[in-house]
Amino acid sequence: MKLDFNLGNKQIIAAAMTLSLAAGLTPVIWGQYDSPGSVLAQPGGHKRLQRQSDSEGASEAQVSSGGTRSMDEDQKIAHLLNRVTFGARPGDVEKVKQQGIKNYIAAQLNPDSIAESPEVVSKVQNTDLLNLSSAKLIADFKQFQKEKKLQKANEQKDDGTGPGTGAQGAATADAGPGQFNGKGKMRKKFLADAQGGQQASVLGDSKKRMGQGVMEARLVRAIDSNRQLQEVMTDFWYNHFNICIDKGLDRVLVGAYEEQAIRPFALGKFRDLVGATCHHPAMLFYLDNWQNSKPGSMAGGGPKKKGKESGLNENYARELMELHTLGVDGGYTQKDVQELARVLTGLGLAPDRRQIAQGMQNAMAQNGGGRPWGNREAVVSNLPGKGMWGFFNEGRHDFGEKVVLGQRIAGTGEPEIEQCLDMLCKHPATAHHIAFQLAQYFVADEPPKALVDRLAAKFTQTDGDIKAVMTSLLDSPEFWDGKYNNDKYKSPFRYTVSVFRATDTEPQDYQPVIQFLRMQGQPLYGCLTPDGYKNTQSAWLNPDALINRINFATAIGTGKAKFMSNQPVDFSRSRDAVNAGMLSAHTESVISKAPPPLKLSLLIGSPEFMRY
Amino acid sequence: MNRRDFLKIACASSMVNFFGFHPGALAFGNGNDAGNGKKLIVILLRGGVDGLNVVAPYGDNRYSSLRPTIALSKSEAAPLLDLDGYWGMHPAMSPLMSAWQDKTLAFVHDCGSPDPTRSHFDAQDYMESGVPGKKSVTTGWINRLVGQLPSKHTPLQAISVGPVLPRICSGPTTIASVSRQISKTKSVMDRPYIAKAFDDLYGGLTDDLGRAFVEGVAAHTAINEVMDSPDVTGNDQMSMQGGGRHGGAGGADDAMSREQKIANAGAPTPKTYNKFGTQLANLFRKDPTVQVAFADFGGWDTHIRQGAGKGQLAQHLSPLAQGLGDLIAGLGPLYKDTTILVMSEFGRTAKENGNGGTDHGHGNVMWLLGGEIPGGKVYGKWGGLDTNGLHEDRDLPASTDFRTVISTVLGNHMNISKAGQNIIFPDFAYPGSPFV
Repeated sequence: MKLDFNLGNKQIIAAAMTLSLAAGLTPVIWGQYDSPGSVLAQPGGHKRLQRQSDSEGASEAQVSSGGTRSMDEDQKIAHLLNRVTFGARPGDVEKVKQQGIKNYIAAQLNPDSIAESPEVVSKVQNTDLLNLSSAKLIADFKQFQKEKKLQKANEQKDDGTGPGTGAQGAATADAGPGQFNGKGKMRKKFLADAQGGQQASVLGDSKKRMGQGVMEARLVRAIDSNRQLQEVMTDFWYNHFNICIDKGLDRVLVGAYEEQAIRPFALGKFRDLVGATCHHPAMLFYLDNWQNSKPGSMAGGGPKKKGKESGLNENYARELMELHTLGVDGGYTQKDVQELARVLTGLGLAPDRRQIAQGMQNAMAQNGGGRPWGNREAVVSNLPGKGMWGFFNEGRHDFGEKVVLGQRIAGTGEPEIEQCLDMLCKHPATAHHIAFQLAQYFVADEPPKALVDRLAAKFTQTDGDIKAVMTSLLDSPEFWDGKYNNDKYKSPFRYTVSVFRATDTEPQDYQPVIQFLRMQGQPLYGCLTPDGYKNTQSAWLNPDALINRINFATAIGTGKAKFMSNQPVDFSRSRDAVNAGMLSAHTESVISKAPPPLKLSLLIGSPEFMRY
Repeated sequence: MNRRDFLKIACASSMVNFFGFHPGALAFGNGNDAGNGKKLIVILLRGGVDGLNVVAPYGDNRYSSLRPTIALSKSEAAPLLDLDGYWGMHPAMSPLMSAWQDKTLAFVHDCGSPDPTRSHFDAQDYMESGVPGKKSVTTGWINRLVGQLPSKHTPLQAISVGPVLPRICSGPTTIASVSRQISKTKSVMDRPYIAKAFDDLYGGLTDDLGRAFVEGVAAHTAINEVMDSPDVTGNDQMSMQGGGRHGGAGGADDAMSREQKIANAGAPTPKTYNKFGTQLANLFRKDPTVQVAFADFGGWDTHIRQGAGKGQLAQHLSPLAQGLGDLIAGLGPLYKDTTILVMSEFGRTAKENGNGGTDHGHGNVMWLLGGEIPGGKVYGKWGGLDTNGLHEDRDLPASTDFRTVISTVLGNHMNISKAGQNIIFPDFAYPGSPFV
């Protein structure tokens, strides 16, 4: 079922739900983005965890003849919670025992079957930037920038920047498309409606604070959501289709992007993820496709501005192949990149005259025939796609014939894009790419080849059904091999979230937490490279950062962290949650000898807790 | 003998300058006393700095015709700095003019990687791993270099500035990550009873995590000890000049394009870390065990509105050059035993593009500063700017391999043996000194 990008948000979600409830899961294959060898020692080099109490029998796992290690029930639960959640909370182990591992997995694979926590629901509802269309967000952002520029112009001294160079010029260029500056009465009016007005901007008055709400929402979801696997998958897919919050418009769009293009499809069909991200204004802006036009055609639908690019821009086409689908060794050539770029020409942020006219007409009809001037909402919400998705501008599209990966693409316009996305998603390299990435994320930094191959086959067999692939993964002997137990090193994000989950606490003030993540090298939504954050030990294990994690753990554990406001923590319940209570004998001993104020710090600062 | 005397002797013996006087001289030292107290500072400019506008062949009239709006010239408001009648330096580099005149600044032009990639990720990867073309190499050449230095590795022998250890420093040998404040940091590990508890927890581990813990504590302790000792760097005049004017982040940084920021791969722009010169110098002066330092900067991927003497490139070059000037001044007596290398993963197109900028190229110019550098000259097999001289008709060629330059420094300056160099740059046949 193809997603129609003229649908509004609700219809997209409904479509996504239908898709995700469809039978079968599909593995999503990601490209290999981490170098194969670990820079530091091989995984599994740490001490084997041993159960503290021997009451249930053998404390060491059995080593089977195949070199794998089987796990007992408690170890399995610990491992499962480690991998499909952001860390067990006190009580989670018992819940899984009660529900049974199979039922727990089945529920997590169907997030809509799980009632969401009220904290999450409330936070999401109250975070404006998650719930608005990109068109509105862009309009508000441009208004904000206009005001800031005026403010600055009044205050500015001459600092020696040359005319038309450097900061000012670049700021305008990167802030967004100039398409709203076109001629024509209708466009001007639309401009006025979209940009002006006395309506208060949801963005507030500080660029820096714009991202704050979205970052907090992400943390709240990771910490509190009952749909943990969905959050884990959202994290995975966001990194896969990474967008950096620091670039211009994306500052206000990343929340909407995650909400509209990532989370709804995180356990759905890979093709829908690719389609949604391709059409989302956040991505079109981030990877410059909004500038991607047939050479000579007008940039952004308006008259060609001096200095603005109005030709082919390959950036999105390249990353679509290299990062999103086929992978860097997927077998495409530079020519393929160029041809795909030609296919993508015209897909951008600006509605063209026809689309604006249609929007106006619809708004008028709604308005009982009255002109919708001044009613920004009415106009925007009546644009095709309700302003949520990008617009295909035929005037900027290259209608010539193309050849992509050996296939002839006739110049039919917008359908060409869908045709190419179909082709890319069906390509065997894509299946392998996604399988590898998933296996790395969920099993091991160097995932076993047999697993990757099997997941790739599942991906292909189910036409990119992520749930089907994840079902396979979570059922695989490789996933349940004891040698992978508590073997992956936590990324800063995962570590931080797991601290709050293990202690069953929440920050009262998120700013220091956000700052901590920045110091650890993983600012939220801040990965500068389009390939997103890695999830391997070699990427994150670093002496300086480790000491800082210990500082963080101690501040929280000893109640000295001001941003935590002295929430009581039941140490023994936390202890039983960490790896289902299984710590090494040594760690147990050190903790037991430590003075009470320090026990919790040692637990959440322990070597075991640095891993999952 | 004590450390100070040792250093004095080491300085005296290094007065003989191997560079330039022996055209065919082997770059390999005898390996005895590898490192021999010499300092190496490597600065990587991420994003592909436009070397052709850092050191510009204004004497070639094709230069201005290839770059109608962004060529440096003597006649514009911010004129280039003449170096030798043919080459000129970007005006923002003025803090380094005295080093040029003192002959401690040299350039190697048409210098780069044999691998043709124009992808930031790949090109940076290859320049950091030191094995261009091979993606499977997981260690960085600086790590391999540190591994060749005398085996008693002190915690701060090699430092990398920034929170996350970059590719170029990754590997089995300890390299301490140091924050950009290089200041005394507070840690719970300063409290003895907490330190003991965590030490108990981690101390016995023999894996990567255990090692990281030990190194982290050692580096933290060492930095604090260093910071506790009185400041040594003099020449406050220079450091105030460097730090003051540009202030913190904002302005040009906010305006940076997404692509530029990606190309920076997390590195700050020189403007946001403009105290680097003073800070690094301070660290070297206070702690003689510091031998190798790495820092990186972004902001160089100038596809749009690069500017000429003024503009985007200038805005980044200026604090960088100021910082390097501060570094030289701050190093004081250590400067004559220090080599500073500045490199970038590739250069940019010789011809400007339709947006007043330049696109990804190939060859670039490498900068060398230091007491033993045969300065005052632009080296390299300069091919000129006509189509025969350009790579694929568009870029500067990389007729000198970046490893050739580094190897020469490692051999002559740091006395690394041939065997050691083969480990640092495997699959590389040293073709001879570029300083001819």
